Amino acid sequence: MLTFLSQRLLQIIPTLILVSMLIFGLQQLLPGDPALIMAGEERDPKVLEEIREQYRLNEPIPVQYFYWMKGVLSGNLGESMRLKSSVSSLVAEKLPVTLQLAAMALIVALGIGIPAGIISAVKKDTAWDYGANIFALWGLSTPNFWLGILMIFLFSVTLGWLPASGYVRPGEDWRASLATTVMPAFVLGNAIAAVLMRHTRSAMLQAMGADYVRTARAKGLYERRVVLKHALRNAMTPVITLGALEFGTLLSGAVLTEQIFTIPGFGKLIVDSVFNRDYAVVQGVVLVTATTYIVLNLLADVAYVLVNPRLRG
Amino acid sequence: MTAAAVSPSVAASEAREENPWARAWRRLKRRKGAMFGLVVVVLFILVAVLAPLISPYDPIATSFTQVRKPPSWAHWLGTDEVGRDVLARIIWGARASLSAGLVSVGIALGIGVPLGLLAGYAGGWIDAVLSRIVDAMLAIPFLILAIALAAFLGPSLTNAMIAIGVTATPVFIRLTRGQTIAAKVEDYVEAARAVGNPHWRIALRHVLPNIVPPLLVQASLAIAGAIIAEAALSFLGLGQQPPAPSWGSMLNSAQRFIAQAPWMAFWPGFAIFFAVLSFNLLGDGLRDALDPRHK
Repeated sequence: MLTFLSQRLLQIIPTLILVSMLIFGLQQLLPGDPALIMAGEERDPKVLEEIREQYRLNEPIPVQYFYWMKGVLSGNLGESMRLKSSVSSLVAEKLPVTLQLAAMALIVALGIGIPAGIISAVKKDTAWDYGANIFALWGLSTPNFWLGILMIFLFSVTLGWLPASGYVRPGEDWRASLATTVMPAFVLGNAIAAVLMRHTRSAMLQAMGADYVRTARAKGLYERRVVLKHALRNAMTPVITLGALEFGTLLSGAVLTEQIFTIPGFGKLIVDSVFNRDYAVVQGVVLVTATTYIVLNLLADVAYVLVNPRLRG
Repeated sequence: MTAAAVSPSVAASEAREENPWARAWRRLKRRKGAMFGLVVVVLFILVAVLAPLISPYDPIATSFTQVRKPPSWAHWLGTDEVGRDVLARIIWGARASLSAGLVSVGIALGIGVPLGLLAGYAGGWIDAVLSRIVDAMLAIPFLILAIALAAFLGPSLTNAMIAIGVTATPVFIRLTRGQTIAAKVEDYVEAARAVGNPHWRIALRHVLPNIVPPLLVQASLAIAGAIIAEAALSFLGLGQQPPAPSWGSMLNSAQRFIAQAPWMAFWPGFAIFFAVLSFNLLGDGLRDALDPRHK
């Protein structure tokens, strides 16, 4: 286990370095003088010179990257041109909001996806199975920003049950917080529920055909116990790993969901900084996202080994 | 034995001689979902190509007497916040969405397949370097990388297509590489090498044709993803620029008028949904039809 862990840790280092180069390299795509673009409305040559000085734009690119990376490693992701605060503090402020949303979305996804997958596998080729498969296709094909708008129309505009936008921290008023996040969480969880349903269905179908399930049935156990105890436990292993990969979908989805419901999280930070041409923030946020994603994948790999005794060695 | 009563054994021997594409097409035809997908895809392509002929109005002509009118005989799907016909904009918007889907997947195939072939066939350090780059790109969630690329390139439909295409590339590199490595050890590649074919010829004439089926499946599913991504970028203002019509940007303005003019939000969303659904169904069907391990 320890060797496995250290090997995997060593593997992610080159990936992280390449990711950072890629993100840094984005800057080279900017058309024209980056200092001019970073300055926004400002045209004062003195300010431009200051920016060039601050970002070492007069130095060769590898040198610029070196200084940027040096800052990143010491926790300095750069400075927001517009908000006049450090990217790290912006990230620290917005991340909890998105994490709350992501956690709730995950509850929605697990709560719908896994039962739907079990039912459709157990009742294969019945109306239940077709229904669950249609749900999965719907979930995979619906753009979540459209679903968000439709839900606002139904639950906020027509029925008046939930607020259409805004965000309240759970610490301030948990009821209001729940009311502001339940729709976005559903929108975000919907697509992942579809993916989880498909994975659960195929893993369950495989498990239901296995020898140990036949043995369990032969022992005369109730079907319910066979399905939930014997088949499901074994089927969950691949679902965990494949489910962890959906974290990227969650982060991508958060960008649009937060935009629609005006939730001041991570995703909205990216979009706002794109429009404010606050490129340092875009780079910082993408770097944090990618790092989180890589670490989560590593944890999923570790979890896979932990729950699968055959792989432990 | 008469032709009318074909026994299973005869059908099986005919299937053995049937060329693989004809067999795949026969299997695909049996799948209702895939055929539905194919029909809708063809319909969307026709709508996009024939837009100038079938569009009832000019998609960018504004009319201040027709602002936010609900669906009527004159405007079947209603009008938007500056009096433009929603149906006309959806018809013209099909051009942006479909071309974004096709062009960006074309870019991804154009870069991904040669690089994947190179990595898989050459192996060694070339493979190691390319695979690490693929890992790095896949470590950034799809839409976030596309947004970042589009942001740095500048907002326009062309740049959105480039951003989506580049973002979709690593999946094709990885798929092509894996398939190439698997095909490389097959007897037919061994035979081609034994008769003295040069490497490039083996890669292009012997390996590539044999890995087309999985690429086709992936391409079809990637088009679905690219259409959603283009709609998302346009929704955020990073794709098609106003007043040119696109489904994503229509949803963006519709959101502001959801209480007064909900029809502005329904139809563009349905258009995206059906386009994406059809490519997904087609991709699923192709996978089942082209995979020899399936029945």
